[in-house]
Amino acid sequence: MQAGENSRRRFLKGCAAAGGVAVAAGAVSTSVEARETRSRPAEALGLLYDATLCVGCKACVAACKTANKNPAEFSTLDKLWDTPLDTTGHTFNLIKMYRNGTMETKDAETNGYAFMKTSCMHCADPSCVSACPVSAMTKDPVTGVVGYEASACIGCRYCVAACPFGIPKYQYDSPTGQIGKCELCRHRYKDGNYSACAEVCPTGATLYGKTSDLLAEAKRRLALKPGSVTVYPRGNISGGKDQSYEGYVGTYKQHVYGETEYGGTQVLKLSAVEFEKVGMPNLPPEAAAAHSETIQHTLYGGMLMPIAVLGAMTFIAKRNVHHEDASDAVQPDASKEEA
Amino acid sequence: MAHSHNTSHGAPAPVGGNLMNAATTVSAVLIAVMLAVLITRFIFGLGAVTNLNDGYPWGIWVVVDVVIGSAFACGGFSVAMLVYIFNKGQYHPIVRPALLASLFGYTLAGVGVIFDLGRWWNFWHIFWPGYANPNSVMFEVAVCISAYIVVMWLEFSPAFLEKWGKHETKKKLNKVLFFLVALGTVLPMMHQSSLGTLLVVMGVQINPLWQTQFLPLIFLLSAIAIGYGVVLFESCIASSAYRRTIETHLLDPMAKIMLGVLACFLIVRFGDLLVRGALVEAFKPTFIALSFWVENLCFVAPFLLVGSATARRNPAKLFLAGVAIMLGGIFLRINGFLIGYDTGPGWTYFPSVPELLVTIGMFAIEILGYIIITRRFPVLPREADHAFSARS
Ligand code: SF4
Ligand code: SF4
Ligand code: SF4
Repeated sequence: MQAGENSRRRFLKGCAAAGGVAVAAGAVSTSVEARETRSRPAEALGLLYDATLCVGCKACVAACKTANKNPAEFSTLDKLWDTPLDTTGHTFNLIKMYRNGTMETKDAETNGYAFMKTSCMHCADPSCVSACPVSAMTKDPVTGVVGYEASACIGCRYCVAACPFGIPKYQYDSPTGQIGKCELCRHRYKDGNYSACAEVCPTGATLYGKTSDLLAEAKRRLALKPGSVTVYPRGNISGGKDQSYEGYVGTYKQHVYGETEYGGTQVLKLSAVEFEKVGMPNLPPEAAAAHSETIQHTLYGGMLMPIAVLGAMTFIAKRNVHHEDASDAVQPDASKEEA
Repeated sequence: MAHSHNTSHGAPAPVGGNLMNAATTVSAVLIAVMLAVLITRFIFGLGAVTNLNDGYPWGIWVVVDVVIGSAFACGGFSVAMLVYIFNKGQYHPIVRPALLASLFGYTLAGVGVIFDLGRWWNFWHIFWPGYANPNSVMFEVAVCISAYIVVMWLEFSPAFLEKWGKHETKKKLNKVLFFLVALGTVLPMMHQSSLGTLLVVMGVQINPLWQTQFLPLIFLLSAIAIGYGVVLFESCIASSAYRRTIETHLLDPMAKIMLGVLACFLIVRFGDLLVRGALVEAFKPTFIALSFWVENLCFVAPFLLVGSATARRNPAKLFLAGVAIMLGGIFLRINGFLIGYDTGPGWTYFPSVPELLVTIGMFAIEILGYIIITRRFPVLPREADHAFSARS
């Protein structure tokens, strides 16, 4: 029963092997193969939402319901019309309201009110796509639209947990519930349509188009003098008929939300009220998906590390697992014939 | 004799005795209640029985049944590593009972996942090339846990093969046992670390006290330490329930190893917090900060309880040290996944009664299974052989 020199040496060897694993795992944060945050595809499609133009008519909310065949949801006693309080598995687009004090002035932070659109941001490096174990969330390589495929989905809701904007929502009320989220109306493109919310928006507050065009338009607006008059496009900025009109320039915060957040998003936003106050989180320029995949790729890239560790463990175990380990239970002297 | 250190063990033998007693009856009732809740869940959907919502899409079925449940099931992995990798043959008698508990813990965690999956009939997609997404941490966790469950059943099968007298099959299996053992070490390392990585993609939603690139290492080290803690806990319970002598001569050195792993864990944990400057969060007057300190007190407690050699010979203190480390593991995971997780204002979550009943039912299955198997199959060391002296 004493451990001989031999077994002590083996013990040390084992320690060294296990230590190697720990070191390798610890090297994660200093890895050279870091997976960089991805940027938007060149032809990325998206929306520009300008809160200073929005009048809160919710035509976009109704159009979204119709375009996605979603039922009405009620938050009032008399169930007269669609009144969801947040996006849900059956409501993919919602206009929320910021209120402060007397709510006298539109787009004022104090004693004012403002609107904010809630819907998928179509991230350049989406957390939901990185999280989904079965590729039910996908990012189109050309348009960059983040789509969802219910027939692939296992309903694990990792995407719900991962999205920094709280966008994917699960239908908890059904035994076959799906995830519901904006897919930028990708199912309507083939008929020559585009995002229903932008199609119906009377003020151009929600504008559809290539993200590159939308970003240029957003920057143009930020450069204008508040109170001056300018031309606002409506509908689709990257094509279609001209529906522009003249309007006053708002007092924008000098920040295009979505330009750099988590590597950028394809839906961009302008606001006169601090973005955090209207529910848009403060996000760093590196995507969480990149951090997560850096770890995954460092540990499991080409399965090299697991195979190396498995090899080492097999080698050690081969010397230490003795035939009688399992069989001395019934045949106490089995070891003698095998050893 | 080359392997003399292995041959003086008490051979595993069934404990015997009646299967109908208070513990088994209560377990059976709890399991029946759980089944009723699950039937409701599968007919009417997750919303019918759980308090899950889109702010907290993961509740206790994921965090307790799977994340914590599988960490508690690391006893087999931790002890097998001692015996077969570090060649500490003297721990051989506790490999089987530890492996049994692991087998149950993991199998249940695997089954428990299904209850929580909203579209469970698609589950196989995870393993299917066209669907599988290797970038996803969840993919890695799912594949490794499934593989480990299979490996453990094979590792454990000698106990069944003995019972059924299939000595030929057993012999064949023994020839490849070393490879199963190696797999049984690598797979838990992979998924126990990845269970921590699961949080990374949630980004800024996770409080800086728990959001770090070191999550994989932190979760892995804690899981190994918890593995030893669980063995302390189980050994003490099994000894008192079956009125057997407590294996202090094994538990004492094992507790020492546990403290070593725990020390590594604490160095990595606090080193990371200091380097990132995240520790300021712990001094804010918040519930989150309080929960952080409770978590870490639990991890420090074992040093106070069984730090000295005399204390390590005291079964009560060994038991308490095991409980403390298990509690630390519970808090680390609940803090990371639920308490330190913030998806924005307006969302709250506390498990519903039916949700709790399912989790309780899962533990009942574990207890019932453990009782039936240890009483009927050769798992625990034969009591007469237990001391070093007697050998049959
Ligand atoms: S349709 Fe346009 S103006 Fe009306 S609520 Fe939607 S974004 Fe605002
Ligand atoms: S906003 Fe959320 S759901 Fe939309 S692409 Fe980004 S991570 Fe995915
Ligand atoms: S719920 Fe569906 S879409 Fe979301 S991560 Fe899970 S499998 Fe993917």
